[in-house]
Amino acid sequence: MTENVQPREYSGRFRRSWAKLRRNKAALFGGALLFVYLFTALFASLLYPGSPSAPNLIMALEPPSHQHVLGTDELGRSILGRIIWGSRVSLLIALGVVAVGLVLGVPLGLVSGYYGGKIDFGIQRITDMMLAFPGFLLALALVAVLGVGLKNTVISIGISMIPIYIRLVRGCVLSVREQVYVEAARAVGTRDYKIILRHILPNVMVPITVQTSLGMGTAILFAAGLGFLGVGVQPPTPEWGAMLGSGRAYLFNAPHVATFPGVAIFLAVLSFNLLGDGLRDALDPRFRI
Amino acid sequence: MPLSLRPKRPERIRYFQAENSSFMFQYVIKRLISTIPVLIGISLLLFFMLRMLPGDPAQVLAGQMATPEEIENIRHQLGLDRPIHVQYALFFSRLVQFDLGRSARTQNPVTQEIWARLPNTVLLAMVAITLACLFGIPAGIVSAVRPYTWIDYLVTSGALFGISMPVFWLGLMLVVVFSIVLQWLPAGGTGSWKHVVLPSVTLASFVIAFIARMTRSTMIEVLSQDYTTTARSKGLREEVVIVKHALKNALIPIITVVGLQFGLLLGGAVLTETVFAWPGLGRLIVDSILARDYPVIQGAILVFGLLYIFVNLAVDLVYAYVDPRIRYD
Repeated sequence: MTENVQPREYSGRFRRSWAKLRRNKAALFGGALLFVYLFTALFASLLYPGSPSAPNLIMALEPPSHQHVLGTDELGRSILGRIIWGSRVSLLIALGVVAVGLVLGVPLGLVSGYYGGKIDFGIQRITDMMLAFPGFLLALALVAVLGVGLKNTVISIGISMIPIYIRLVRGCVLSVREQVYVEAARAVGTRDYKIILRHILPNVMVPITVQTSLGMGTAILFAAGLGFLGVGVQPPTPEWGAMLGSGRAYLFNAPHVATFPGVAIFLAVLSFNLLGDGLRDALDPRFRI
Repeated sequence: MPLSLRPKRPERIRYFQAENSSFMFQYVIKRLISTIPVLIGISLLLFFMLRMLPGDPAQVLAGQMATPEEIENIRHQLGLDRPIHVQYALFFSRLVQFDLGRSARTQNPVTQEIWARLPNTVLLAMVAITLACLFGIPAGIVSAVRPYTWIDYLVTSGALFGISMPVFWLGLMLVVVFSIVLQWLPAGGTGSWKHVVLPSVTLASFVIAFIARMTRSTMIEVLSQDYTTTARSKGLREEVVIVKHALKNALIPIITVVGLQFGLLLGGAVLTETVFAWPGLGRLIVDSILARDYPVIQGAILVFGLLYIFVNLAVDLVYAYVDPRIRYD
């Protein structure tokens, strides 16, 4: 019987949320921005054919012109081209980081909140330990151990996000666990894993979705920060943060080198933040960060 | 008749004060004890950090050119030839004595390297957090009091821009404008108050944004509460309602956010200090990572962790002092 009622209720809620999201101009703007960003990342090879990393020293540090819309960097490479290809790198990082956070954080949060007791205590103490370091510093410390590069950037930032998901999911599970339908499922002898997957997980999806959108923005910011410090993705890979870092040396005579990659980072992060805020307002207005 | 039901004021105050001090004391003790596992956790994390390194830590510390005897010597010196729990005990006992070893780069004690830079980072963080409170809280209040007006849109979109902007980029842009074009302020270094302006504004920017957002949402919630309506219907002036009735209640979550933002601030300090060549802990950590100077990395991370824990401890205590409900759970 519940099977008959639930889907209808869900589609109604979904439609209401969608209508609300469509009315939210800021969220729509974020969505449009995100679309441009995803399009650029997916079709980088069409938008800028040729290598974004091949040096052309004769053209070094050219200001913006017809030939190079955003100018060139210290090795004469087109900044626009590197920003276009860099969108791929940052999107890859954002997806990887969120995947690490979700895959490890959500199950741990579910288990911790659902079972409670010693398991909960253990998981929460580890979470405490990780949260004792501010996120960016934890990622930095992990990079110090693991080494630089794309893969380690993803792993380090991903690990630093796990405790956020654990806390978020656990908190929601604690309130959902006491609901009558969970008790009913338990009373008829449903297995724990089934209760968690069928009855608890769908109810914590809203905060997870919102956190994922915001988390992708944070991941891009963190990765750019690591790249800027020279401990993230390494050149010649076109990574926005690293581009900014190397442009810093030419701030006096060619400020455009450091300016445009920053705009790219800003717009990408802004799109995820706008969308995240919009999703939160549309899906659950009570849930605020 | 209803008047006589009111409790006599002096008694009520005395009753609360007596309860207050004993509960407060218990809470402080409880809260202090609860930081112990976290401190042990941090020490474990730092301990395993060196062990997780690819290769032999003794080799790493000795450098590329070391002879096998030298490596063996360091291994013995570090106690790496002993069982792992003995190693941890040794590490821990040195840690509580603030003996963090020597820098692989300068050969100075790590504590000395850290002490030389800590005041700079603390100064930067303090100025930034003060700026953030001075601008963030009023902005949030104004925006909450006049929701969906141009000033609200200005504050909310400004705040959203603030949290989406990479700090290091903002820092560089400020350098371009104020140091290169206008030549008003120095681009980096220390010395005078002028050197503090750009780094602290940069660092404060996203904390201002966070605090403004939080203040706005908390104030909107508080302003819709019954007691606000009551205060208004009593005929109080709007300023009194906002400051005395609403803000006082909203301050508690705001204080917590300020404490939590301190972590973001420390993370941002690493980037800001790099942009402005500010000789603080953040730059020390980056330089040490690039030079693979592990004892200094360990020490600096430890100090950052301690700073964060103690700020949040202080915030929790202020929180409990301000709001008696906290102490009862």
